[in-house]
Amino acid sequence: MEQSIIEIKNIGKKYNIAHQRGGYVTLRDVLTNVIKSPFSFLKTKIKQAAGLETKEEFWALKDINFEVKKGEVIGIIGANGAGKSTLLKILSQITPPTTGEIILRGRVGSLLEVGTGFHPELTGRENIFLNGAILGMKKKEIAQKFNQIVEFSGIEKFLDTPVKHYSSGMYVRLAFSVAAHMEPDILIIDEVLAVGDAEFQKKCLGKMNEITKIQGRTILFVSHNMEAIQQLCSKTILLREGKIVFCGSTIEALKIYRDKYNKEIINLNSNIKRRGDGKIKLSSFHIEDIKGNRINNIRNDSKIKFVFSYACNEPKNVHDVDMGFSIEKNAITISTIYSSYTKENIEKINHSGNIIFNIKELKLTPGIYNVRARVLVNGLESDWPKNPVGSFEILPKEEYIKMGYKTEPNSIIDIEGQWTHI
Amino acid sequence: MNQSNTIKETIIRPKKMFSFEDVREIWRYKELLYFFTWRDLKVRYKQTFIGIAWAVFQPFITMVVFSIFFGGLAKIPSDGVPYPIFVYIGLLFWQFFSTALSDTSNTLISNQAIITKVYFPRLVLPISSVMTKFIDFIIAAVILIGLMVYYGYTPHISGLLILPPLLLITFMASVGLGLFLASINVKYRDVRYALPFFIQIMLFVTPVIYPASIAGKYSFLLALNPMMGVIQNARAAILGTTPINWLLINISLTESLVLMIFGIYIFKKTERYFADII
Repeated sequence: MEQSIIEIKNIGKKYNIAHQRGGYVTLRDVLTNVIKSPFSFLKTKIKQAAGLETKEEFWALKDINFEVKKGEVIGIIGANGAGKSTLLKILSQITPPTTGEIILRGRVGSLLEVGTGFHPELTGRENIFLNGAILGMKKKEIAQKFNQIVEFSGIEKFLDTPVKHYSSGMYVRLAFSVAAHMEPDILIIDEVLAVGDAEFQKKCLGKMNEITKIQGRTILFVSHNMEAIQQLCSKTILLREGKIVFCGSTIEALKIYRDKYNKEIINLNSNIKRRGDGKIKLSSFHIEDIKGNRINNIRNDSKIKFVFSYACNEPKNVHDVDMGFSIEKNAITISTIYSSYTKENIEKINHSGNIIFNIKELKLTPGIYNVRARVLVNGLESDWPKNPVGSFEILPKEEYIKMGYKTEPNSIIDIEGQWTHI
Repeated sequence: MNQSNTIKETIIRPKKMFSFEDVREIWRYKELLYFFTWRDLKVRYKQTFIGIAWAVFQPFITMVVFSIFFGGLAKIPSDGVPYPIFVYIGLLFWQFFSTALSDTSNTLISNQAIITKVYFPRLVLPISSVMTKFIDFIIAAVILIGLMVYYGYTPHISGLLILPPLLLITFMASVGLGLFLASINVKYRDVRYALPFFIQIMLFVTPVIYPASIAGKYSFLLALNPMMGVIQNARAAILGTTPINWLLINISLTESLVLMIFGIYIFKKTERYFADII
């Protein structure tokens, strides 16, 4: 039997929440703490050493086991915080796993970002060499493929211009071209296709197809772009809360994701990263249709409600609550709405309750959108979860599906209109 | 990497301590080391208007100012050597040490965009910062040759042989201390504001602008600083006026070796969570 090219055994990754909370630690604060209260400092140190202190820990990944055969293209999907990026970071050796072992048989190239290490002051030519070297290519190899890289990127004219003068499109094209010519046995890609114009994206997908089908290389591909996953991947892994919940055919994985997990509510009471004084805390978020059913797949002409549930310990002392949220697609914020914008702040609050935003119509193109939320009391930060509190998928209109209409994955607004010709 | 028939196998496990594999790995990434150094030089000389001359200009002006105020007006002794050449040798080595130290300490922060996205042995970054500074050192040394011609000093060939070990000591001391500072710099973000002050203070406890003999019987205390042995002996070797102090060289060598081992130890110990907390 053929040996697997990637073997992932029992991988787990643990984070200490304390590490993540509230920005950076300063040496000054630590020293002040030691001098101010040396005994309590000693006590915690001893407790830590004895292992008594209950550190807040959470497992970003747990019990991850799977194998990949040569030439397979594996998609990895899951909601935000499911552990996709952590898994890729471990596979590309950026951060070590806490438990387990991974065996990679072959040269590994990872592309967690296009243009890593590009320096704005250097020219396109110089950056090709620098970026290539950072991605693990030899100088000789880069020189050999130089013409191919330049040709693929289509920026011949600007080769000797510093990249700080490039448009973002040119920048991405050059960066992807370098990465595409790296020719590793195993390619690890994170969401990089979410950039660039539609034409170039097609070119990239084509190149990735060529890499796998013709050259027989293995790819691990994380994306929120379900179309791309469907086009490229033969097998897909669905992650949820750091665990594999499904591993098998892409069609089935996407179906499970759409039907089940995409609907799931992120529990905001657990140890998530958040900021604010906590006078009011968000406890959950969901979307309802006009009949009051919870939904996640939205036809973009339907009326819906965004429901933010909260909990408050001392509701008597809390007034002037400013509820806000933003919607984003492909990490780009497309809309931000606060109750204060329309002077609709909430004056009286309960121990728990729902703050609802009624949406008349969402004119968005099909795709997955994230929702972030934030609450202020008297203009002061009360709760601001770092990660999105939920997500929804906009489905294409039925008439569009019948027409066989395809949307560009990066477009956002669905403008209604008709063509005429005079 | 190797295009041969043998398949390169990578095994990822929870991180272990420093091993020989690390040294071999850095050797495999020597081209990246070259590219990082090349990048730093290229970018710096593109950004600054006077370009490459900056590496010469900086120590030269410092030398002129120091010669006027410390040598001329304050009449600080210089062991019977003209003050400009005396202070320039000190400055040359001191600047190599201090710029390499401050660059190494900030190397993880300034390259965090790369560290969180791509794997390569992290030690490549601090080593390349020191290489960049070494090239500056060589460029600035041109002025020294001019000064020696001007004041009519010819170095002894045997004396010059001692220069590579002195540079090695400077390299180890700056990398060692730099790696230690880089590691705490990642965790405590206020360290970098204290660093310039720390380096400035170190300049005054190193015999750069004054000879070690000025401290009299307490001059042995200055030897706690590895740069003391380097600068004293560099003067002895280049000017040939005093004999080379082998004891001092050995002290400096031991100190810098200890610093480097300590620095690498701390760096490797904290390396595993760099990408998680940056």
